[in-house]
Amino acid sequence: MTVELEFEKPLINLRKKLDELKLITQNADVDLTDEIEKLELRLHNLEEEIYKNLEPWDRVQIARHPNRPTTLDYIKFLFEDFFECHGDRTFGDDEAIVAGIAKYKGRPVTVIGHQRGKDTKENIRRNFGMPHPEGYRKALRLMFQAQKFNRPIICFIDTKGAYPGKAAEERGQSEAIARNLFEMAGLTVPIVCIVIGEGGSGGALALGVGNHIHMLENSTYSVISPEGAASILWKDATLAKKAAESMKITAQDLKQLKVIDEIIPEVKGGAHNNIKEQANLIDTVLKKSLDELAKLSKNELVQDRYQKFAKIGQYTVE
Amino acid sequence: MLRDIFSKNKKTYATIPVPSATDDVPVGIMTKCPNCKKIMFTREIEQNMKICLHCDYHFPMNAKERLSSILDENSFAEMDKELVTVNPLGFPEYVEKVEKDRRKMKMNEAVVTGTGKIEEKPVVIAVMDSFFRMGSMGSVVGEKITRAIEKADELHLPFIIFTASGGARMQEGVLSLMQMAKTSAALKRFSDHGGLIITVMTHPTTGGVSASFASLGDFNLAEPGALIGFAGKRVIEQTIHEELPEDFQTAEFQLKHGQLDAVIHRKEMRKKISLILELHHIGGVTE
Repeated sequence: MTVELEFEKPLINLRKKLDELKLITQNADVDLTDEIEKLELRLHNLEEEIYKNLEPWDRVQIARHPNRPTTLDYIKFLFEDFFECHGDRTFGDDEAIVAGIAKYKGRPVTVIGHQRGKDTKENIRRNFGMPHPEGYRKALRLMFQAQKFNRPIICFIDTKGAYPGKAAEERGQSEAIARNLFEMAGLTVPIVCIVIGEGGSGGALALGVGNHIHMLENSTYSVISPEGAASILWKDATLAKKAAESMKITAQDLKQLKVIDEIIPEVKGGAHNNIKEQANLIDTVLKKSLDELAKLSKNELVQDRYQKFAKIGQYTVE
Repeated sequence: MLRDIFSKNKKTYATIPVPSATDDVPVGIMTKCPNCKKIMFTREIEQNMKICLHCDYHFPMNAKERLSSILDENSFAEMDKELVTVNPLGFPEYVEKVEKDRRKMKMNEAVVTGTGKIEEKPVVIAVMDSFFRMGSMGSVVGEKITRAIEKADELHLPFIIFTASGGARMQEGVLSLMQMAKTSAALKRFSDHGGLIITVMTHPTTGGVSASFASLGDFNLAEPGALIGFAGKRVIEQTIHEELPEDFQTAEFQLKHGQLDAVIHRKEMRKKISLILELHHIGGVTE
């Protein structure tokens, strides 16, 4: 499926024109090589310019791209022998979160992530990557298991948010999220969190209490969706673009606010353009993180995580 | 049109609202109960711990009223009063909105923290105030609550928090979100050291506050009728396209669904908390 993003339209038009010219050169007797070269240069420059100056709203579009790689896409490239585990042992299995054990460069790890679908059918099964309480409880069950066997935990964050539904409320959505924040803070194994798409509010944070938090270049992490913020603040969801700018939700913003550790660069035009290459870019940062954290003792890991979050926030003394 | 002739709203003259006109009637002498719609003297309600004389509806309390309803007289010593909000994202109109509430409420932020005594038993207490920016949690609220928990840890005292909040404060964006993790981490450390945590959810306790410290008590209590939940009712109705039951996300609903230890009437609250404190006193009971 090809999806055209608004800010990419000039590029798409130029590419179309270029293809037309190439076709003409092939089939007719006119030689347009010069024009093609000129256009290719223009295309290259335009690409550079557009992708270097992405607005927050453009990044939101990339983060929401239907073809954007998901947790399972990256697991395939980053880990060997992934063994998925199901269920929270209390209520059921929530497929909006995938979790399991795997090998990372030969060492056992626990991998947990939000999981969107790529088409309607899969999205319905996975509830569009919006977990119910049992999803968070499954994640926590496997985090405790990781702690028992002293395995590092790697979390992929990719959700619009925890599911706002009746059943979710009845089963304690708030408690499930709160419990994860509470227990993750005390885990004695390294936790590395990577925001790969949208990091939506408490539903994202429930997998986000890590020693290191990284974000892909075009991912977002926010307290509320731009649409939600716009409708609450200005009673108008169409002002989402403005909200996306005011709310400071891009990886670059979060780095500046000292919330995240590293920005993982993306392949040109966004992660969806080359999943394998993107996985390599993630791999470099992930390896570095795990190597650094491997040096810390259990107690140091807990202290390190505590200090990390204790420092977040800005205020003054009057 | 025919309908226009019978319109009830037909105005024969223009009305111009005059600000001074509203000042003619002393504001707040009478109060109408939003539940039973009966009108009472405000003073009578206040003397009744802000509970409706007819239907037991619990009116929201501000932080000061709450503290005096729970703590022994003159036992409260406030902490971190001097922490004030900045505008970390440069969010439009944010400073003005906070300033307005600071002036109106005569407090710096939406939570008051400190030490105090409940029937002679010392505690660290935090009380959120829904009249200040809907009790929303930004950096200052998160920091003050974290410091209060750390204080309880340091002094080996129980930690009690009365929550009243619409959730995380949007104008501080992701920094507000991260306060959920920060406060929860502080509670975890305190809890691991054997600290007693009592949370009392009052109207409203929703969003990021409900999904962090509010739900993490050893004892999760609530006031009758309080709105408690994660997502807003309207959002849920729009998502699932069905109407929700009347009692949805009330304290009673949460009790029924296993999320609370008890729903406690305001007039019983001090006594019940005192009892819990007594049962957790080292050696069993206080002398």
